[in-house]
Amino acid sequence: MHAIYEIVSGPMVWLAAIIFILGSLYRLIFMGRLAAKKDPMVFSYLSVYYSLRSIFHWIIPFASVNMRKHPIMTVVAFAFHICLFAVPIFLCAHIILINEAWQVKWWYLPNPIADVMTLIVIGACIFFLGRRLLLREVRYLTTFSDFLILAGVAAPFVTGFWSYHQYPGHETAAILHIISGEIILVMIPFTRLSHMLFFPFLRGYAGSEFGAVRNAVDW
Amino acid sequence: MSHINDWDWNTGKKILADINQWRKQFGWVEEPYASPNGESVAAIVKVDEMSFSVCENGEAWDNSFDKIWFLRYGPDNRAAGLVSDTAMWTVAVSGEPWKNWFEFVWDAKFGIHEGHITTAAQKNMEYFAVTDDQPWENGFYNLSHLAASPSGRSAAAVVQTKPINEGDIAAFQKGCFTVAVNGSPWQHEFLNAWEISFDSEEKHVAAEVRMNLNDYTIVVDGQPWNQRFSSVWQPVFNPADGSVTAPVRVAGGWTMARNGEIIWNSRLLQLWHHIYSMNGSRIAAVASPKFGRWTLAIDDVPWALTFKDLVTDPVFSPDGRHAACAGKTDGKWTVAVDGIAWNEAYDMVWPPIFSPDGKNVAAKTEKNGIYRIIVNGQPIKIDFKTLWNPIFSPKGDKLLIRGVGTVEDEGKYIRIIMSLAETLK
Amino acid sequence: MKTPAEATDEQIIDRGIEDGAAKLTQDKVKRVVQKMLAAEGGARLKTYIETCAHCGLCSEACHFYISNDKDPAYSPAGKIKQTIGEIVKKRGNVSVDFIKTACEISFTECNLCRRCVMYCPFGIDAAYMMLFMRRICHKLGVVPQYIQDTAHSHSATLNQMWVKEDEWIDTLHWQEEEARDEIPGLRIPIEKEGADIFYSVIGPEPKFRAQLIYQAAVIMHAAGVDWTMPATPGWDNSDMCMYTGDVEMMARLKKVHFETAMRLKTKRIVMGECGHAFRSVHDVGNRYLGWKMAPLPVIHAIEFFYELLRDRKIRIKKKFQKPVTFHDPCNIVRGRGLHEKARYVIHQTCKAFIEMHPNREHNYCCSAGGGVINCGPPFRKKRVTGNRVKADQLEAVKAKGAEIVIAPCHNCHGGLEDIIKHYELGMELKFLGDIIYECMEKE
Repeated sequence: MHAIYEIVSGPMVWLAAIIFILGSLYRLIFMGRLAAKKDPMVFSYLSVYYSLRSIFHWIIPFASVNMRKHPIMTVVAFAFHICLFAVPIFLCAHIILINEAWQVKWWYLPNPIADVMTLIVIGACIFFLGRRLLLREVRYLTTFSDFLILAGVAAPFVTGFWSYHQYPGHETAAILHIISGEIILVMIPFTRLSHMLFFPFLRGYAGSEFGAVRNAVDW
Repeated sequence: MSHINDWDWNTGKKILADINQWRKQFGWVEEPYASPNGESVAAIVKVDEMSFSVCENGEAWDNSFDKIWFLRYGPDNRAAGLVSDTAMWTVAVSGEPWKNWFEFVWDAKFGIHEGHITTAAQKNMEYFAVTDDQPWENGFYNLSHLAASPSGRSAAAVVQTKPINEGDIAAFQKGCFTVAVNGSPWQHEFLNAWEISFDSEEKHVAAEVRMNLNDYTIVVDGQPWNQRFSSVWQPVFNPADGSVTAPVRVAGGWTMARNGEIIWNSRLLQLWHHIYSMNGSRIAAVASPKFGRWTLAIDDVPWALTFKDLVTDPVFSPDGRHAACAGKTDGKWTVAVDGIAWNEAYDMVWPPIFSPDGKNVAAKTEKNGIYRIIVNGQPIKIDFKTLWNPIFSPKGDKLLIRGVGTVEDEGKYIRIIMSLAETLK
Repeated sequence: MKTPAEATDEQIIDRGIEDGAAKLTQDKVKRVVQKMLAAEGGARLKTYIETCAHCGLCSEACHFYISNDKDPAYSPAGKIKQTIGEIVKKRGNVSVDFIKTACEISFTECNLCRRCVMYCPFGIDAAYMMLFMRRICHKLGVVPQYIQDTAHSHSATLNQMWVKEDEWIDTLHWQEEEARDEIPGLRIPIEKEGADIFYSVIGPEPKFRAQLIYQAAVIMHAAGVDWTMPATPGWDNSDMCMYTGDVEMMARLKKVHFETAMRLKTKRIVMGECGHAFRSVHDVGNRYLGWKMAPLPVIHAIEFFYELLRDRKIRIKKKFQKPVTFHDPCNIVRGRGLHEKARYVIHQTCKAFIEMHPNREHNYCCSAGGGVINCGPPFRKKRVTGNRVKADQLEAVKAKGAEIVIAPCHNCHGGLEDIIKHYELGMELKFLGDIIYECMEKE
């Protein structure tokens, strides 16, 4: 058990981080070059002002018409995305590990709050699963990979919660937690989760076209 | 035939007509047109309640018509218009209508150097062209893209040889269009044919065609090139060897092809309106080397100077050593010669014109409603309300300026011959 | 593919689709699609497909979805899934029957109105995806008959309606003559080089609605504008080839239109009340030719009327009395932001104005745009029932007292006319030009 722990928490973390960073860079550079080759005009319409105008409008809850039309989804989606990033980055346990390795540390979330935020992520995943199963328009679009991705995103939070609360089998849960965290990191550049990478560019392009060329709003 | 050498090239100013006076006389005066030699000016005027005529240098034509439109001067300094009488139409030259009348005439063209006139015509729902009052023997279901040969003696047009019923997409895709030269259609039909060019000897004709929904090529005398492209623009004959070149679109962009073979290395975002130097040794074309940037490419080499909005009217000097064009950036026009733009920008510029020795360039320009001739970037300081393109004298030492003046010459049509030395002072 | 809707839909037979598909084999489909994806399937297509989170939030943007009882097959992402999404996923290895269905969906169940772009959290452009699908259909030769016939007309005559050159000029002469009975000094200046304004219209104006040219001439005359219209092809600013995926022909049409305006050395193009034509000159056709923006300013009629009223070039004798509402056309509102200028024109010319809801950028499409109405009678019923929500919207504004619907777009007129008739709404349609012509001082 200890040997497995050593591997997953040592070299595999490095591997996952490298794949995540290089994979993300590869994807962005590849897309950029592809755009330059096949859609060269995309770049000439990008406007910094209108890109930012659009991005800001879409990262503020309820700033767009469609967000107001779906208030529950809006609340859940924002809470989910905030917790999804905040918990792993500002979790005390993670910072301790990083501090042990590199002697750097930063502000961390009080554990009870991190706990609640973890439950929010898990709850949101259940909500998304419910949407995929129950809402006709979402079910129609859902593919098997969407369930896998959802499971992949939920896994590190479920296992993390499990291991933190020392429930039975928590040692295995800890190993599964690290592995699932690594898997999700690796998945980001190569699955639909890449929407994290492309969001600013897609939003910026849509915002530029709507704002600079069409003199209209896009929210 | 009036030759440019025979024109009055003595320096000085002539006031040939007072158009304001015409307005008082006729009430209805349309925009005036000046003859190439500048000795005449004409406008469509209303002579009676329902009848129109043309006033030339203050005198109305003897004949009047129910309607007149498209009044223009030919290179022989005679005014011609499309006229109608009792619902039939024809061409009237200096007030004399042709003998043949048609249900409609339009798209009249002059030869470049001689006064031959060709027009498109329709009678009994048959479409054809008429050159100097001589209609084609064959009529067609439709006719478009009429082109006159350099002398104006020959004409070619895109014609529809088979009927197409409404919505019959299958019939269309079998090919219903071809080119007819002096009334004789080429043997094969195509989905489409568009811009047509004659060679300098007026023996050969080339056109852009679409072979099927996706393949374009150039056809010369009815024979398509072997190569197919995703698009093509107007072909042009090399004046020296008779070969045909056209901008063509291949994977990677636009480039130049000769007789079907690619001859330029560049792949451009756009390439069109190519012209030859008089001896056929050089090609200039309007090109976009980068998205949203326009310039002139000469023999596969684009100028470093680019314009944002557009480039038009490429022209070579008679010796082929210099090239010029009009260009626009952010709504303001200027002229560029050999890759260097004039300093001043204008609201509009007309095609730049080289002097016969290629040393000077003149262009008609407009700024805030005032028209001026600019020579080598310097204005000739006479303001006009209406102006025509300047013409250099055969020796290139003088400039013919034709326009309707302002201030003391308000409303007056004036013809000025200026020595170039004087204009460049 | 289309599970919920299929059972109830009547089978529509379209000769363009059927005969085109009859010439195909699955192998040819694969070859053509792969070639297309390699040549033109760039970063936009790839990123859009890979980024879509399948969240379904675009659904309620679409009038087809709402009007078809929220059938998910009609949601924007649902339509992408059934067409280009599947094609990319299978790398073109799809059946001929699949192409027929994909053709019908992309041509007749999406108006390319881009409302859904405003509802997608990523701003994914579903219209772009549908156009990509249509382009594949064009390359395969599977395009609905009526719109393909229109594309043929464009290619042969450089206008939308098979109008011959003499018929065009004759129409201008005729309208000029008619107008002179009302205003003796009026002129439609043909081929006037150096005029300020090049006025262009769409093919249906000389063919069916010549009085619009008459009205425009009266407005130009009263405003003292220096304008012209050409006697050559290039007078038609419309562009169904943009919608059939024949981008090469679209480019040719735009080139002729712009170059005709330049040949006449005019300073700007003013165009009649048409939406799709504006899209084609403002941000589609020009790009394909290499012009970042239109090479000379293109002013839509709304903006032109706004200028004339603002500058007091035309004066209103008596305001239009019946209560009006306004339908915001997608291509000039989401496509150009002219909604406030349109309202300015209405306030200047009409006594009572009642907003319909939603409005401005969020207005529902007429369901005729994007070439859908041009696919002709086989698809009319589907188009009209596919926009029940528009009828509801109109009914609500009618209940508030609106009698007249102003729609400054030809396609919208066609679409709304069918909706008003089908749902027995009893409302009257007008262009802004109709209102101005009726209320202005003409001398």
